[in-house]
Amino acid sequence: MTRAWLLLSVVVGCTVLSDLLTSLEMKRHGEIHDLSPSGIQRAIHAMAQKKYLILAIVFMAFSFFAFITLVQTADLSFAVPASALSIVFETILARLVLKERVDTRRWWGVCFVAIGVGLLSQ
Amino acid sequence: MAPGSSSTARWKWKTPLFALVVIFTNAFGNFFIARGMRQLPPLGHPADLILAIFTPWVGLGIALLITWLLSRMMFLSFADLSYMLPLTSLGYVLSVVLGRFFLNEQITPQRWAGTVFIMIGTILVGAGNPDTTPQTEEDGAASATLRGAEKSAAGAASDRSAAGGGSKQSAAGGGIGQ
Repeated sequence: MTRAWLLLSVVVGCTVLSDLLTSLEMKRHGEIHDLSPSGIQRAIHAMAQKKYLILAIVFMAFSFFAFITLVQTADLSFAVPASALSIVFETILARLVLKERVDTRRWWGVCFVAIGVGLLSQ
Repeated sequence: MAPGSSSTARWKWKTPLFALVVIFTNAFGNFFIARGMRQLPPLGHPADLILAIFTPWVGLGIALLITWLLSRMMFLSFADLSYMLPLTSLGYVLSVVLGRFFLNEQITPQRWAGTVFIMIGTILVGAGNPDTTPQTEEDGAASATLRGAEKSAAGAASDRSAAGGGSKQSAAGGGIGQ
């Protein structure tokens, strides 16, 4: 069980980092699109996007390999719902890093997911 | 970029189709990977993971997950993440059902309860006001020159995001990888 939680934490941690980087990239892409910058600016932004994307893919790969190792021994009905724990951390980081507005209802959702994962551990 | 009317028409067709593809490719992809991995001997070396992805069931699962990833990206290009999250939550339930009936997993009442809690939580997370990421069809119709005004309108619509909206891009740039 301890091994399962360790693998799960790798799955969740890498998923969160991957999604965060993807989100950063998408927001930057929007920025370029909106401002219609010069060619040089565009090139700099494109490089930054690529860097985020590569990092995101690396974390996604780590998350994937941890996941297939997890489901070899742990139940699918545990592994998949428990990976929703990433929603909890993604919401917190969306607030802190991406400065997104997170309303009360969304915080309640985070609480429900956390309780749900707690129940899976029973 | 596209005119609002044709964008709206496409939206109606695309949404249910992509929703189904996103839900089923994810759940069945995970299911086939779990099925395949259980037939393999315990992993002794990290290289075993690489070999595992070339076995038939795991390979099928990966093909489905690649389809899921691509359809999810396409879905996110015209729908909000907060719109997609409730759909993702249905995938959790489907995974538990697949585990129960095809992998003979014992689902305790606590596990069903946990899954339901996670589903409700995911729906609540998605049900919030998505005004921080206004990626709807209205956005597609908005021209580049209108975008600035739209952003400030979105910022004014919510008191808390008025300050955060301006610093969002700079924070995104300075956060990671600079």
